[in-house]
Amino acid sequence: MEPINLAAIVLMGLATYACRGGGYWLFRQISPSPRVRAMLAYVPGTLFVSFVVPALLQGGLQPSVGAAATLATMLATRNTILSIVAGIAAAWVVWGFR
Amino acid sequence: MTEPISFTRKGAWRGAVRCIPLIISIIPFGLVAGVTSQGAGLSLLEAMIMSAGVYAGASQLVALSIWSHPPPLLATALAAFVVNLRLALMGPVLAPWLDRLRGWRLWGSLFFMADQNWALSVTEMTTGGRDAGFLLGSGLSMWLVWVLSTGAGHLLGASMRPPPGHPLFFAVLAVFVSMLAGMWRGGKDVLPWLVAAASSSIASFLMPGTFWYIIIGAFAGTLTGGLRDRTVA
Repeated sequence: MEPINLAAIVLMGLATYACRGGGYWLFRQISPSPRVRAMLAYVPGTLFVSFVVPALLQGGLQPSVGAAATLATMLATRNTILSIVAGIAAAWVVWGFR
Repeated sequence: MTEPISFTRKGAWRGAVRCIPLIISIIPFGLVAGVTSQGAGLSLLEAMIMSAGVYAGASQLVALSIWSHPPPLLATALAAFVVNLRLALMGPVLAPWLDRLRGWRLWGSLFFMADQNWALSVTEMTTGGRDAGFLLGSGLSMWLVWVLSTGAGHLLGASMRPPPGHPLFFAVLAVFVSMLAGMWRGGKDVLPWLVAAASSSIASFLMPGTFWYIIIGAFAGTLTGGLRDRTVA
């Protein structure tokens, strides 16, 4: 085990607990306005869009085909596990044709 | 008078049992986290310590995607913080339970609060559940399976040794794409998501090899949504 890896993991753990525990603590002290709450509700969606879209632009065909298969399966079945398996399978097919 | 809030072993057990279907559904995510950890160069022990101590899959996958030797300490911690900001909004929803707890029962329950058992606990609470042990029991059982399946995924990755670009690593993107389908709230998300997509893409071309584009995209998109709502309202 490398100390620097452990340090990174501990810092990640502290940052995460700051959200879990700190959020509850902070909201008990102050009650944020509905406007602030509504704005914060945009964070999860925009965050994952910002992760996925650049990765697809730079990754080329394989991840794009996989993402399309994942999305299509998700919209059709609403089954998360199934849509991830479908995405990996589609990416695998593209990988096989390299 | 309504019944007071309690915190019992019986409530914790009830939470654990009610959580079984969700526990089964997180095993594949644990496997993905384990394979990805192995691919990023973490040892088996390190991968399991990360899952045990962070216990937030999406943030672990984002951090692992920017992992290097040595890891960028500030970037990985910031990734964990930003991806998990939603947890800060989830705790307050359970205030009717949590406000009645003190000490380890309160802060321990919060440690084991994840998306799935939070949703289950909210349902339990709003349908009249008065035993706050439910949150800890459901979270603890999910945590145990999360850590073990991460270990199993790491062993799987170590035995397969998938090369970079292997479709198995696409699992991370697939997880996020399927999550996005669930996060879509309709028309009001169109503009913020487009702004996030455009600004993050531009930033990723301007700053290759860093992860700041994720923060920039999320910030720009969130700000767009907030300002637009303000003008419309």
